Amino acid sequence: MDATVFQVLWFWLIALLIGGYFVLDGFDLGVGVLYPFLAKNEKEKAILRRSVGPVWDGNEVWLLTAGGALFAAFPPAYATTFSGFYLAIMLVLFGLIVRAVSLEFRAHDGAWRKLWDACFVVGSFLPALLFGVAAGNVLQGIPMHANGDYAGIPLLGLLSPFTLLCGVLGLLLFLTLGARWVALKAPEHSALQSRATALAMPLQLVALVVFVVASIVLFAVVQPELADSTAVLRIVFAVLFVAGLLMSLALRKKSDLLAFVSQAASVFFLVALWAASLFPSLVVATKAGAEGVGESITIMNGSSSEFSLMCMTIIACIGVPLVLIYHVIIYRSFRGRISDKDLASY
Amino acid sequence: MELLTDPIFLARFQFAATVIFHFVFVPLSIGIGLMMALNETRYYRTRDPKDAGATGLWVKIFAACFIVGVATGITMEFSFGTNWADYARFVGDIFGAPLAAEALFAFFLESVFLGILIFGRNRVSPRFYMVSAWLVWFGSCLSALWILIANSWMQTPAGGELSADGSRAVITDFFAAAFNPSLASRYFHTVFSVLAVGAFIAMAISAWYMYKKRHPEFALRTMRTGSVVGIVAMCLLLVSAHASAVVVSEEQPTKFALMEGMYDSEVPPLYLAGWVDEATQEVFGLGIPGGSSFLATGTWDTEFEGLNELAQTQEFDGMVVEEAPANLVFQSYHIMVLLFGVIMIVLILALVFSFRGGTITSKKWLQRLLIISPVFPMLAIQAGWLTAEYGRQPWVVYPSTTGPEGLTLLTANGVSQAVSAPEILITLLLFTVVYTLIFIALIRVVFKFIRQGPVLDAAGVGAAALSGGDADDDDESIIEKISVFTVAERDESGSSAERSQTGSKPIQEGE
Repeated sequence: MDATVFQVLWFWLIALLIGGYFVLDGFDLGVGVLYPFLAKNEKEKAILRRSVGPVWDGNEVWLLTAGGALFAAFPPAYATTFSGFYLAIMLVLFGLIVRAVSLEFRAHDGAWRKLWDACFVVGSFLPALLFGVAAGNVLQGIPMHANGDYAGIPLLGLLSPFTLLCGVLGLLLFLTLGARWVALKAPEHSALQSRATALAMPLQLVALVVFVVASIVLFAVVQPELADSTAVLRIVFAVLFVAGLLMSLALRKKSDLLAFVSQAASVFFLVALWAASLFPSLVVATKAGAEGVGESITIMNGSSSEFSLMCMTIIACIGVPLVLIYHVIIYRSFRGRISDKDLASY
Repeated sequence: MELLTDPIFLARFQFAATVIFHFVFVPLSIGIGLMMALNETRYYRTRDPKDAGATGLWVKIFAACFIVGVATGITMEFSFGTNWADYARFVGDIFGAPLAAEALFAFFLESVFLGILIFGRNRVSPRFYMVSAWLVWFGSCLSALWILIANSWMQTPAGGELSADGSRAVITDFFAAAFNPSLASRYFHTVFSVLAVGAFIAMAISAWYMYKKRHPEFALRTMRTGSVVGIVAMCLLLVSAHASAVVVSEEQPTKFALMEGMYDSEVPPLYLAGWVDEATQEVFGLGIPGGSSFLATGTWDTEFEGLNELAQTQEFDGMVVEEAPANLVFQSYHIMVLLFGVIMIVLILALVFSFRGGTITSKKWLQRLLIISPVFPMLAIQAGWLTAEYGRQPWVVYPSTTGPEGLTLLTANGVSQAVSAPEILITLLLFTVVYTLIFIALIRVVFKFIRQGPVLDAAGVGAAALSGGDADDDDESIIEKISVFTVAERDESGSSAERSQTGSKPIQEGE
């Protein structure tokens, strides 16, 4: 059974949404985890919160859109992963919930500031770590019942050396993005800026090492079935990932903006590499085909009807340009470094 | 205790609890959003710093409610996959699209322009700021539309068919599915009711200021706006309520029967209040004979089938009459209707006494009543949703009269089989802790905003400075302006020093 154009299109569109989410919410999750380490006083804390304040909510919508698109385009994949990873997803959810309200309440509820600071950090850390673990599990494969439900142990069954490495890699990359963002937004020549720049480099180097180790584990231990059709793509994306990372390193003294952008591109290409390694599967079943074990969910056997995908494509054609325009507006409105004046009006 | 080991009960309980909590904040943000946008339009015309201060208050309250709405809304979107996986597999072909569209069209719009509202007063032009306020409000109404499309489709499925292997619903007509039979009446019913919630919040805040003799000008003006918005919304709501009743009687006979406690076929009366004895299948109460028949059909003597007859038809044989939540649906429906009366009385009082020379400012009893009055529409909308969702049981996709053949799913067949009862218990516990914390925090913050009052904080002064052509103000002069302003405000209303402290607090904290 060959995949149709719409099935392939929606596979890559969802990958694009996840990539967009990892880049955009990635940097503000990273800022959240780095918050207690980078900011040494109240003012610096305020700068970090203000740097993500106007944009984090829009960034998070990328996740909701990706989730909605997965539900609409590939319902079995959405159902299996969200119910199978129940406790892990719930931890991500609780993280996102307390993080969202902490940013809002911290600015207005001074008496509880310690609580909100803690919520901001923990709420950023949980998703930042667990997204990588989830991505690793999807690639590594999960035990599955014949009806497509997850058959493993709740939560602990999702932890393996490979998935943990993926989690750590994700976390490191989010931290890197966060540090690069702070370097971009902190006042020029401030202690905060130089601290952020100094922190980014070792994070990037460790991330590179973890990427190499994870790749070795993937091929040596996990041994995934990789589609021949995406072999070239995988190589290209892997090269672009490494190139983006190295470029970000090289540009760190010249331009904070370019260093951030190339780091963001690098993260985006890693998501693309992950998607290309998965294609055309959506959720891999371990020991697929054995008795009582479900088949892997692919874009061929797990998609919505052609007509449904076509309706969705029309919706996307109208919606995506609007979303891009909104993003231009918000990032333009709040461009530049954060000044004392911005803090006064926060 | 048996219930605590029943994953179906727990999944339903968790969904109900989280969605009820979520729906406390959605009405607040849509309702208050309109107040915010109206007020900012006023500021755009007058350029009176006091109006900017009033917008500031609305933006702060709106943002706090909105963020909690967003945070608790993620739970809902995820829950279809986490707790209702078999439901997701069955309906994904049709039901997923509105959810994705909601995020794409509404969430991005709201969240991006809310960023402008919270942080952008001195970054964007007054015109752009006003447009942002309207866009945020428009976005939240659009969001409600998509979610009502999804929910109404569960009530009255359309535009789809059962797949050849019978395993899932497949879309055949996008517009028929989106504009399904119950959408229009249910959407407008929801929107008008949540606008009334916003109006009552506005009136309650105004009443509190009157009671405390603060911000007299803002209080009377907002009281008037609130009562007008409220009465208009409630009059329009009557139309949508009638339309809803007609659709339910035509499309969802078991829900209609549950609403009036009809176990056996009869000409349904309209009960004012009553009690359904589920064991004896009898209703005790005071009612207008033929009243519900009149509401549904315009005639006083149309007989409708009762639950016992309906359960014997092939279409509704999934229903076990003994387990039907008859009293719950009956009570929530009649509480909603009763509250409509209470709400109308309060609104008329507020309207009469705030316009006839504004004598409301000296009527302490009415102010007290208005301060607690947001409770009425809040309870009414929750009761309304309980009626709608419990009335749909035992189905999650209802076998409506004009719905496609076989396109129905029992709630019990929609849950995630991969999720065990202990797992749901853990998350229920976490939801209880986290949501309680959020609720307390929100109350603290919103009450603080209200105490601070509709006065300019640093953001507003900065903007006022900018629009006055004084763009290069440095921070010190801004602080100076704030202190001047807060002193002026205190002199004007003669209130405590507490507010002038809080008014300049953002600067002291260096935020």
